[in-house]
Amino acid sequence: MKHLLSTRDLSRDEAITILDVAEDMAEVADREVRKLPALRGKTVVNLFFEDSTRTRISFEAAAKRLSADVINFSAKGSSVSKGESLKDTAQTLAAIGADAVVIRHGSSGAPRVLADSGWIDAPVINAGDGTHEHPTQALLDAFTIRRRIHGSESRGRDLDGVSVTIVGDILHSRVARSNTWLLTTLGASVTFVAPATLLPIGVENWPVAVLYDLDLALAAHPDVVMMLRIQGERMHAAYFPNAREYSRIWGLDDARLALLAADSMVMHPGPMNRGLEISAGAADSPRSTVLEQVANGVSIRMAVLYLTLSGEGGKQ
Amino acid sequence: MTETILVRAATLADGTSTDILVRNGRIAELGRAIFASADRLIDGAGLIALPGLVDLHTHLREPGFEQSETVLSGSRAAAIGGFTAVHAMANTSPVADTAGVVEQVMSLGDRHGYVTVRPVGAVTRGLEGQQLSEIGAMANSRARVRMFSDDGKCVSDPLLMRHALEYVKTFGGVIAQHAQEPRLTEGAQMNEGTLSGELGLAGWPAVAEEAIIARDVLLAQHVGARLHVCHLSTAGSVEVVRWAKARGIDVTAEVTPHHLLLTEQLAASYDSRYKVNPPLRRDEDVRAVREGLADGTIDIVATDHAPHPVEAKDCEWAAAAFGMVGLESALSVVQASVVDTGLLDWADVARVFSRTPAAIGQLDGYDRGIAVGAPASFTLYDPSVSRVFETTQLRGKGINSPYLSTTLPGRVVTTVHRGHATVLDGELVDAETVAAAARALDQAGADHG
Amino acid sequence: MPARTVLQQADITRALTRISHEILESNRGPDNLVILGIPTRGVVLASRIGALLAGISGTPVPTGALDVTMYRDDLGRNPTRVPSPTQMPVGGIDGKTVVLVDDVLYSGRTIRAALDALGGIGRPAIVRLATLIDRGHRELPIRPDFVGKNLPSAQNERINVHLEEIDGDEFVTIEEATA
Repeated sequence: MKHLLSTRDLSRDEAITILDVAEDMAEVADREVRKLPALRGKTVVNLFFEDSTRTRISFEAAAKRLSADVINFSAKGSSVSKGESLKDTAQTLAAIGADAVVIRHGSSGAPRVLADSGWIDAPVINAGDGTHEHPTQALLDAFTIRRRIHGSESRGRDLDGVSVTIVGDILHSRVARSNTWLLTTLGASVTFVAPATLLPIGVENWPVAVLYDLDLALAAHPDVVMMLRIQGERMHAAYFPNAREYSRIWGLDDARLALLAADSMVMHPGPMNRGLEISAGAADSPRSTVLEQVANGVSIRMAVLYLTLSGEGGKQ
Repeated sequence: MTETILVRAATLADGTSTDILVRNGRIAELGRAIFASADRLIDGAGLIALPGLVDLHTHLREPGFEQSETVLSGSRAAAIGGFTAVHAMANTSPVADTAGVVEQVMSLGDRHGYVTVRPVGAVTRGLEGQQLSEIGAMANSRARVRMFSDDGKCVSDPLLMRHALEYVKTFGGVIAQHAQEPRLTEGAQMNEGTLSGELGLAGWPAVAEEAIIARDVLLAQHVGARLHVCHLSTAGSVEVVRWAKARGIDVTAEVTPHHLLLTEQLAASYDSRYKVNPPLRRDEDVRAVREGLADGTIDIVATDHAPHPVEAKDCEWAAAAFGMVGLESALSVVQASVVDTGLLDWADVARVFSRTPAAIGQLDGYDRGIAVGAPASFTLYDPSVSRVFETTQLRGKGINSPYLSTTLPGRVVTTVHRGHATVLDGELVDAETVAAAARALDQAGADHG
Repeated sequence: MPARTVLQQADITRALTRISHEILESNRGPDNLVILGIPTRGVVLASRIGALLAGISGTPVPTGALDVTMYRDDLGRNPTRVPSPTQMPVGGIDGKTVVLVDDVLYSGRTIRAALDALGGIGRPAIVRLATLIDRGHRELPIRPDFVGKNLPSAQNERINVHLEEIDGDEFVTIEEATA
């Protein structure tokens, strides 16, 4: 695997391989020496054009656990806002000798442009591009679901028959997109719940079911309910009247939480707007996988870094 | 004295084989085996002789954006594409909203001599969409502007558009609208559809184009004015124009070569060479505009040649400028999309790419095409070759072509503008020679084409 | 030249039995032993040795698997390898006598990686090495403690180990490698 730009491009076998390697990586966290020498001497650059402390430190922890060196490059703004352009930044990193670039960018497709450009020869890992994809998030979500269902027997398994309901701003969500492709590849079924203004045109052509009614969706007892964050700017752009109405109709409040089966999962990619799309009760319930998701994120990112960087695939 | 040119055995658009004798800037003789001495002999065997192509929609970028293109470099790109006249859009800096700017642009074109440059005047001052520009001054200037457009931007205010349509009637002009409802396309990056949803790129819905066209044809009808629709791109737009023409509304429409050939699927690579306004659309839209061009609903092809410097495209999609260069590849793309597919023949090409655009732009000298006594502006084109399109075929400053590394048919071999050659053996004639020939023609008192 | 059979099923069983006796003799009994197999076939052999040790001594002996992929010194020179699971037995390895088990000992680099892997997990008191086949050509100062069969080989020869649990049949052959 040279780059990880999207989950759309992952086959079922490739996805399961990543999840299985992450199982091995997860065990490292329980050891006395929480480090593997596999990427010793390699330099991983975190190229973050958007602020995201959580994802960045997750990648940093992952790289360091594999003994790689980490450089954090925080570049605000794209070439439009007079900052250094993507091209110039990439060429600088190539000159420094980056062995892998983890990139988060506000423009959909920026990791693809970087990977195809020839400005830098290193593997490119997409840490979130615009509203397009966030593949490591989807992988850690799938890993979390698999672990919760199969525990220590997870290796080699897919998510056949698992039902996942994703609720919220689908239109602007890269997490929703990456999860849709990955979950369906792994055999799960996906349902979207959102007001029509927050669903993309053409969603009827996606491999998902679509509902406007959250209560109806929960009545079907999904195995997983994934809540998406409502961003502040959407509230001022006439997608829905106000936070109160949104929360009333599409928020996972304590009443809706009580309707869920005891072993169903409540997931959230974070950061959460407690009280808006998810109640504090739901966020802190035993069904909530939010903290596991964070821990699993490091294991998944270790697996991804290992698979892209070790072996001849690290060089081209 | 100006050059005498004799072309042997070219094929006209209607299929007849003919020699062409050019003398003193005009077509002196047509027919087989013309007996005359000439300064330059051109073998036209296997070549199609088309009347000089007239582009109703070009961005020459000068004044103000000379790093993207100049009148000289744009003229050269036009000549190699078989054009002998281009209409230069007004979104320069300063904007072409006064007599001074349009006269300057026209003079540059005349001085360089590769093509006749007809400046388009802005509809609103500074393209700000607030106040009408000095339409009268531009119409009465030496540039004799007859077409007005805020292209790049839409005249979206309905009241302003109504007044613009009415006011240009005074000067026998036409408003050319870039149909794009701004409120529906804020931050838009590509056609809105299933693909844009998957790619995470903000959508540019077809209705934003169609709704403006529908409004404008009804306004034109109401005030009894002429309307021209720029770069029409959707099936729905074709239907609106068809409906309008059926009701006798005086509307004309253009389509670009890239909208005749390319679809939105190309955006999946996030390669910003495919980023253009209006965006590339679906297969259904490409089919509809081809049929619209074939049945006359769409009157002409116009390139919307939009050069940009390399750094404006060598970046992520959202940061990239909108636009493609198109002068050099236009005839080849038209051949590939509508001639080789049997929808249009070469006579239709002469109509949609020369006679009709000249008529809409009120440019003299193109109404009869290649005919005795008409100004000698024509191009000789070889439709039989097939080549991979590379930057070596570009002559303007911009290399933002969506056709690079693709195979396109055809090649312009010769272009003659007002009786002097601008392209010979597939290569541009040098600038000094062309400029000198243009000066000689002006001194000889040939009519301003 | 066709493959030459070096060990048949009965020979393998005898070798493992002898190794198990040697382990018990050297350790003076079964106490504190942990048998760790190196994937893939080392894990099978470790499991059999563990069972033999329990049979002979009457005491269960913890066994497990130790994957060394992440510690290899040739990661950048070969296509990406997917690691196998590491399974430490209950009780861990701290202070234990760990016997590493592999099917073929050759350059010694795998065992060097195994020692590094052990270091990341804990601190055994003693580490020993049991191998079914020792084919010579050591590139590092690594030596086995328990050997099933010494098999001098040329570098252009390949040694094939088949075990029932993995390959469906059971033998050890040596042949000239064509590649």
